[in-house]
Amino acid sequence: MSALSALKTLPSHPIAGGHRRRSSPFLSSLTNTSPTGHQLRSSAAISVSLSHSVIAPGRPVRAVSANVVSEEKQLEGSAFPVISREEALDLYEDMVLGRTFEDMCAQMYYRGKMFGFVHLYNGQEAVSTGFIRLLTKGDSVVSTYRDHVHALSKGVPAGAVMAELFGKAAGCCRGQGGSMHMFSREHNLIGGFAFIGEGIPVATGAAFSSKYRREVLKEACDDVTVAFFGDGTCNNGQFFECLNMAALWKLPIVFVVENNLWAIGMSHIRATSDPEIWKKGPPFGMPGVHVDGMDVLKVREVAKEAVGRARRGEGPTLVECETYRFRGHSLADPDELRNPAEKSRYTSRDPITALKKYAIEHGLVAESELKAIDKKIDNLVEEAVEFADSSPPPPRSQLLENVFADPKGFGIGPDGKYRCEDPGFTQGTAQV
Amino acid sequence: MLGVIRQSLGCGALASSVKILGRGVERVIPIASAAGRNYSSVTKEMTVRDALNSALDEEMAADPKVFLMGEEVGEYQGAYKISRGLLDKYGPERVRDTPITEAGFTGIGVGAAYYGLRPVVEFMTFNFSLQAIDHIINSAAKSNYMSSGQISVPIVFRGPNGAAAGVGAQHSHCFSAWYASCPGLKVLSPYSSEDARGLLKAAIRDPDPVVFLENELLYGESFPVSEDVLDSNFCLPIGKAKIERKGKDITITSFSKMVGYALQAAEILSKDGINAEVINLRSIRPLDRETITASVRKTNRLITVEEGFPQHGVGSEICAVVVEECFEYLDAPVERIAGADVPMPYAQNLERIALPQVEDIVRAAKRACYRSVPLAASA
Repeated sequence: MSALSALKTLPSHPIAGGHRRRSSPFLSSLTNTSPTGHQLRSSAAISVSLSHSVIAPGRPVRAVSANVVSEEKQLEGSAFPVISREEALDLYEDMVLGRTFEDMCAQMYYRGKMFGFVHLYNGQEAVSTGFIRLLTKGDSVVSTYRDHVHALSKGVPAGAVMAELFGKAAGCCRGQGGSMHMFSREHNLIGGFAFIGEGIPVATGAAFSSKYRREVLKEACDDVTVAFFGDGTCNNGQFFECLNMAALWKLPIVFVVENNLWAIGMSHIRATSDPEIWKKGPPFGMPGVHVDGMDVLKVREVAKEAVGRARRGEGPTLVECETYRFRGHSLADPDELRNPAEKSRYTSRDPITALKKYAIEHGLVAESELKAIDKKIDNLVEEAVEFADSSPPPPRSQLLENVFADPKGFGIGPDGKYRCEDPGFTQGTAQV
Repeated sequence: MLGVIRQSLGCGALASSVKILGRGVERVIPIASAAGRNYSSVTKEMTVRDALNSALDEEMAADPKVFLMGEEVGEYQGAYKISRGLLDKYGPERVRDTPITEAGFTGIGVGAAYYGLRPVVEFMTFNFSLQAIDHIINSAAKSNYMSSGQISVPIVFRGPNGAAAGVGAQHSHCFSAWYASCPGLKVLSPYSSEDARGLLKAAIRDPDPVVFLENELLYGESFPVSEDVLDSNFCLPIGKAKIERKGKDITITSFSKMVGYALQAAEILSKDGINAEVINLRSIRPLDRETITASVRKTNRLITVEEGFPQHGVGSEICAVVVEECFEYLDAPVERIAGADVPMPYAQNLERIALPQVEDIVRAAKRACYRSVPLAASA
């Protein structure tokens, strides 16, 4: 599995003509960074229709199809790996943490420690790791209900996430959010949204605030926002509204579509008139990129460019990551509609195994080191479970806390003073 | 010159705000009322429109994090001219014209508020907020709770609410009960210019999401304002109602335009010897239960007046509160006066009877005072 053939450009529109020759920012940056740039060649089987261009006339951006689906011809082994040893270890550890954590969640759910709606991320780790490990602490991540691994990649401690799932006071939201509503101000993880499409405008707003701080408040702020959402969301009105406004106002945001082909039981092909989501970027004036979401190195290359674009102030990017969830939509989903052949096709391209193979083949790490990481993560997750298990549930007084930032919102009590000023209001633990 | 002003106001360090505030207060000079009445220079008059405009102006001058976003707020000077002059003063970055994307720009406002900016999101009417209600409820109201205090949302959603004149069913819906039922929101509804100024300033300074329900027909109405109101730090407390007219025979609660109707009804009733106490709620959530129940304990009779639909309305809540807290003090059943339980018709005569009128309030008050046959007996 090579990460170097990550991009392929579309042929220019016959009518648009020769002035399209200007190379896309993606291509040029990639040829610059990869030592064996000449290996960028067209792959044999391109499934996506390339007969028509999606470049709007007069637009400098173009849609780039990056490493389309699976029948990619394997390149000869490249001489130089695209990542360093430290990066390989970091990526591997992050993906293994995500996988092990999610597997433990399933176990805990069936033992009754976790309840409600739990949506697991198995199989999609390459997308989370590929993007989030490139971000700084100040950058924001907005996610959906499938947000455990985004939280972990962004740096929220596993114990805090597990305690939140158990509904304990030591959780990252003190048990008030739950599986679908992970928030961490410290790590700039702002959700956790249950409604699909709800996080996209919020992410656009976070990007807006970054630009506003820089341009109106004159603060040094180049924080970028990365919004994760699924294929089903790409048919929602809010998605298009935000593509428009993000491009219109040139906001520092990356829209990442985790296209796992299924929205609960609704296949993406059945729900969408044009299933190629990456093509929906250029009509709004931003580049649309398609990348193999099962390969963390390819995702990382695309992420570097997209995040770099946003940080330089060049505007948003739409990245479609073709990925797959190995489990059902949630732990309550019997997952009967998906074809076992399709499932096995993707499980054979497990991102963790792929990275392991790549790292060992390129001599970056020894197998024993990876096994040591596996063991370390196993222990970490076990400790997280113990921590969560032994934490107390929230006290009753917590029920009324944090409804408002200014608790005078609870109004005026019978004595004419604000209710929150009464020390018995939440038994003394409310922040007034 | 305008460019210079824009720059100095744009990068607001609070040190420079003192001068700006001074300028802001000077700007608010007595404005001739729409009806062209002339008063002596002792009483200053201000329309609700100018009250809102001046409140926005002063808050934007004081805090550079405040910005206004909505359809037609910039170049068009505001769909109802509430934001007149603000684009020239503060520039397009702080007075943002948006495309017609309520869900999108409301969500953008919420996301910006997560990061400490203080957006004022204008809905052309609150009917359009239905397209964005997911963000008002789910990402604004609930976020502080779901994140357990990590993320507060200092945002204001404002715009005209309720019936206007002849605008039909889809433009006349009153949403006070809808938003007031949701924990995590504060819902305000001003009546006079003083209310408009004080409550809007309080809303913008508040660290929580506030739904600010104005009324289109009140925008042009003039009210006397005192010097205190014109001060740039004038804020009204959220959660406190105002007793517009003291009385002892019957309590009439109302908000927004209906306060004016209630006051007129009180005048008529006073000729019949019924001394009505009129309460201007100002704050629908949190409801000032104390002022209402204290008044009922004094007068022993209550009617609630609102423009919106009767079922599950604000009046229903007030009635329940009074029954819970001061049932023994009631000498007569509580009556709710609300709009007719039909989508607003277009024809003028039908629209008039679909909304509460002063005569309805007077009749209800007389029934409560046993001056006429009670409704239940005549049914």
